[in-house]
Amino acid sequence: MSITPELDAKFRAAAIREGIVDVRYDIIDSPVGKLLVAATERGLARIHYDPEGQEDELARVFGRRVLRSPIDEVRRELDEYFDGRRREFDLPLDLRVAAFNAEVLDELARIPYGLTTTYGALAAKVGRPRAARAVGTVMNRNPIPIVLPCHRVVGANGSLTGYAGGLDRKLQLLQLEGAILA
Amino acid sequence: MMRAMAPADQIPPFERFYLAHREEVLRYLRRLLGPRADDAWQETFLRALRAYDRLEHGRHLRAWVFTIATNVAMDELRPRTQSSLEQTAEPAAELRRDSFKELEHLTDELPPTERAAVVLRYGYDLAYAQIADALGSSEEAARAAASSGVRRLRRTHEHHA
Repeated sequence: MSITPELDAKFRAAAIREGIVDVRYDIIDSPVGKLLVAATERGLARIHYDPEGQEDELARVFGRRVLRSPIDEVRRELDEYFDGRRREFDLPLDLRVAAFNAEVLDELARIPYGLTTTYGALAAKVGRPRAARAVGTVMNRNPIPIVLPCHRVVGANGSLTGYAGGLDRKLQLLQLEGAILA
Repeated sequence: MMRAMAPADQIPPFERFYLAHREEVLRYLRRLLGPRADDAWQETFLRALRAYDRLEHGRHLRAWVFTIATNVAMDELRPRTQSSLEQTAEPAAELRRDSFKELEHLTDELPPTERAAVVLRYGYDLAYAQIADALGSSEEAARAAASSGVRRLRRTHEHHA
């Protein structure tokens, strides 16, 4: 006899209830592929397009008490977003990034659904108009893509430029939002 | 400069530790507790998780979780009729036999420390030093408990043969 799914789920739920987990994560299906979502008690902490083997990185940033467990609220808001029923996320976030990155990501979060901006314009917004390249690096390391919409940031000539999850996904998200024609 | 930790010293993320040991810990607890094992199993991993951020290295994690499981099982096997103060004070070796009624495995007839020692040694291949940690005893006492358990099993089997 081995561990039943019920027994396993009961343990994981008890651990979360007791508040002894540093970070929990789950792997969910989405129209842009499998996503790893991770959350602390403070809020949504990470979304990864490459869901396998992220436990070590989660442990390094948030603490070694890493446990897989459903994160219903995040799953629900993402489902609504991909269904076209949600334009803004209401999830609290737990970023834990450097100050400059936090400032840029904060500005990024203000770009409305369905619109795009450029790396240079975003740099100007944080008072560093010549830091387009640095802003690009922050986008590339965005810890919570989709929810922090780095897919809405494009090159000055309108090209998609780059995306940590791959340009196909960037295109797919912009098409979902109606920012570019499908 | 900090010395890089060898892989064996590194403490894995809890999820990996849990996946590596959950099955064998459940099998161990089923041998000790029979149908009561499920609750003890959950308590074992909750205790491990509570202490996990205070671990100083990743050596002997398997023995460590068996230690916790053994402690949980011993708590469970203590007679329930006495006050909790007396329960805590009572040595595991003096357990009443009627608390084992529902057990159904080969080692059922053994007193709990002997049963734990036999199962850890021959079922899970732990070293006597590690079994001693699990039982909270000396290495000699762990060795004695295992061999006494084996002798008792042998007598029982000869008797039945």
